[in-house]
Amino acid sequence: MKSLFVFLGGLLIAATVMAQEVAPDVLVKTVTNEVLDIVRKDKEIQSGNTKKAIELVETKLLGHFNFTRMTQLALARDWRVASPAQQKILTDEFHSLLVRTYSKALTEYKNQTIDFKPFSMKAGETDVRVRTEIKQSGAGKNIELDYYLEKSGAAWKVYDIEVGGISLVTNYRDSFAAEVRNNGIDGLIKSLQAKNKSGEATSVKK
Amino acid sequence: MGALNRMKTTLPARIKSIAVSIAAASLLAGCATSGNPKDPIEGFNRAIFAFNEGLDAAIIKPVATGYEAVLPSPIRTGVTNFFGNIDDLFIGVNNLLQGKVPEAFSDFGRVVINTTVGLLGVIDWASDAGLEKHNEDFGQTFGRWGVGNGAYVVIPVFGSRTARDTVGLVLDVAVDPVAKHKPIAVRNTAIVLRLENDRANLLAADKVVEEAALDKYSYMRDAYLQRRRNLIYDGNPPREIEADAEQADRPVTAEAETVEPRAELVPVTPVLMAHTEPAVAK
Repeated sequence: MKSLFVFLGGLLIAATVMAQEVAPDVLVKTVTNEVLDIVRKDKEIQSGNTKKAIELVETKLLGHFNFTRMTQLALARDWRVASPAQQKILTDEFHSLLVRTYSKALTEYKNQTIDFKPFSMKAGETDVRVRTEIKQSGAGKNIELDYYLEKSGAAWKVYDIEVGGISLVTNYRDSFAAEVRNNGIDGLIKSLQAKNKSGEATSVKK
Repeated sequence: MGALNRMKTTLPARIKSIAVSIAAASLLAGCATSGNPKDPIEGFNRAIFAFNEGLDAAIIKPVATGYEAVLPSPIRTGVTNFFGNIDDLFIGVNNLLQGKVPEAFSDFGRVVINTTVGLLGVIDWASDAGLEKHNEDFGQTFGRWGVGNGAYVVIPVFGSRTARDTVGLVLDVAVDPVAKHKPIAVRNTAIVLRLENDRANLLAADKVVEEAALDKYSYMRDAYLQRRRNLIYDGNPPREIEADAEQADRPVTAEAETVEPRAELVPVTPVLMAHTEPAVAK
């Protein structure tokens, strides 16, 4: 009986170690394939149901993203000026904005395939880029889609996404800074909230 | 026919309303200064941006939408490939000017294969054969030589550019065989076809930008600047030092791209620059 417990305990440890050891490229590949499989079968998402795409993103992807870090990167120097309470609201609002943008992109999906570029990392590295490429089936050009991941604690989390070299996160830096300069941190919070409200309205309408 | 007549009467009206809105925008923009060092003429740029957006909404986008709806995807791919094949020639020239000889030969190889076997470029066999398509232009070549961005400018119809890329654009247009083609009627048709085909390829991206941008002008500006930086480094730019909480003391102006030049390529510059300068004047 005792040995059974030891055995089960051993399994449990093995399982957690395995969970910790998912390499960043494997993580990106698994999650991407999982999400695209769902989108491929879901006619509603393909016909522009952003709300449904958001649900998919929220359930499948959120655990793998570090939104606090993203918000910090987008705010740059202003992050430290914000109070902890403001940082929390900013993170929540920026989170909604990014999720909606990403979901909107998913609804534009039309038979593209994803190429995963060769990946290598040195032992002990905690900050990596996983490169992928969207292959268009039609007339469009291929688009590079890169994920930046950071090892936080045991797991790898995405903290930046670049589309054709354009970071979805740092692209907001200058406009956020301008907003803070003109209207303060609270002004930025207000404009993020307004943007999210109008976005929600259109995604429900669809 | 009725629709066509309506089109005829509304088009000048639309253009007029665009003109009025630019005038209004320029007046308003006169007082708007954000103090962004990358964008010293923001007020002016915003006015031109508003004009371009108006032009796009009134004419370019509706036509591109119709174009996409009417023509099946394989035909649009053929159009993209045809103009892409012409581009490849100058992509090769620019790769050569940047000292990337193997890439240049790959580009010229693409032109040879696609112009012959690919029926004047309509079919892109070269990509299937493993000759990757590159993205180069004169603006990138200057960037590679170490010419900095200069001020950000929005040009009517063409859209976002930097001062450096504007000079590049002048050269791109100067050597563009489509723009030089005769008879004029064929040339004009080809230019419009290329414009609308390019626009149609961007229709999906539009919706995502609308969703993402708090302020479309600055979102497009910063995306353009990031994209160009990425292209100049062929997809591997050095990561910008993160101006996050740990380095909060850094002044904002230090974010300007001072690290862009590639030292090892600079020596070529004087010779080639001397060579290309008359072309700019012309």
